[in-house]
Amino acid sequence: MKIAVASGKGGTGKSMVAANLAYTLSLAEPVTLVDCDVEEPNLHLFFPGPAESTDVTIPVPVFDTAACDLCGKCGEFCQFGAITVLRDRVLFFPELCHSCGGCLLVCPKGAITESPVRIGTVSVSIPLPSLILVTGLLDTGSPLAVPVIGAAKARAATHPLVFYDSSPGTACPVIETLDGSDFCVLVTESTPFGLHDLELAADVVAGMGIPAGVVINRSDGEDEATLDFCAEHDLEVMMTVPFDREFAAIQNQGCLLCREHPEWQERFRALYSGCRHLAGVSP
Amino acid sequence: MKVCFTAKGATLESLSEERFGRAPFFIIIDLDSGASEAVQNPYVEGAGGVGPKAAQILISHDVTALVSGQVGGNAREALMAAGIEMFTFRGSSVNDALEQFKKNALQRSE
Repeated sequence: MKIAVASGKGGTGKSMVAANLAYTLSLAEPVTLVDCDVEEPNLHLFFPGPAESTDVTIPVPVFDTAACDLCGKCGEFCQFGAITVLRDRVLFFPELCHSCGGCLLVCPKGAITESPVRIGTVSVSIPLPSLILVTGLLDTGSPLAVPVIGAAKARAATHPLVFYDSSPGTACPVIETLDGSDFCVLVTESTPFGLHDLELAADVVAGMGIPAGVVINRSDGEDEATLDFCAEHDLEVMMTVPFDREFAAIQNQGCLLCREHPEWQERFRALYSGCRHLAGVSP
Repeated sequence: MKVCFTAKGATLESLSEERFGRAPFFIIIDLDSGASEAVQNPYVEGAGGVGPKAAQILISHDVTALVSGQVGGNAREALMAAGIEMFTFRGSSVNDALEQFKKNALQRSE
């Protein structure tokens, strides 16, 4: 089963929920945790340990200057402005290239080939006996998060129980993370901003046909607006974590709530059972 | 020589446009013959990469100098590689920009 943890708003507690779910469940069964927030992964802070890293590459065009007659078809075709054909040579902007391969197809001279360029890494570690942590990391300066997320997820494709920790927002990286998930836990907080972005995120998962439920984190006990929204949209509030300075301190030290306070393990196990139930997976 | 002015409209009376890649029109004037041509920019609403694509339009029209307000990094690289000189103008109409260009009163943008 593949469960994504997303939020819309940043800083609501996605990583807290994902890390504690993975930790608690790994005490009883093999779990893989994939950090899909490749622009700023942080789960390795909760699960330190030696990791093996492999490069993520994307193909970019290489122009054979001898074969190219500067006809300009590749530049016309490129929707991303990555190719400008000058009078005497071709200018290529690798940071604009989306690796679609279209320029190869339209080149009448066969003057374009592809060559791999590194845009990030995927690291795999085994920080606990039954826990595999996969971390995608986008290289600084590279704008394409999606292929790195795809590569990180691919490393866990055949694993039985996988949690995807998403980046905030609702853009391409989040869509890539959600793609293929059986269920999505939406983490929110009791602020107007948290609710606003929860609405956006709930829209996205509904549009993708992924069943979802809500965790309210840092609750100040005044969650009526969030509860109303969830009731209106048929979203079950699966867990509420109160605002607590000690919880914040545990998190800030890179520790785990469920390790420091084992009584919370039962709550996270119940959250997982809820995910299975709402996803229609037999218990 | 052919000079391109970024403009909000298609005529010499049009207001000049400060942005290069997303300028609605490129008004290209052949200073030798006096002929002018307004090229509509198809990339005004483009998601990204509009700078190099706009530069491609200038290259295709054999432009040798550009008068605009602001030219982004990628566009600048493409224009420089193509040997197109850039001049900064922030003001009213294309006609004004043309007058100042002819008087050599515009600052070159390196």
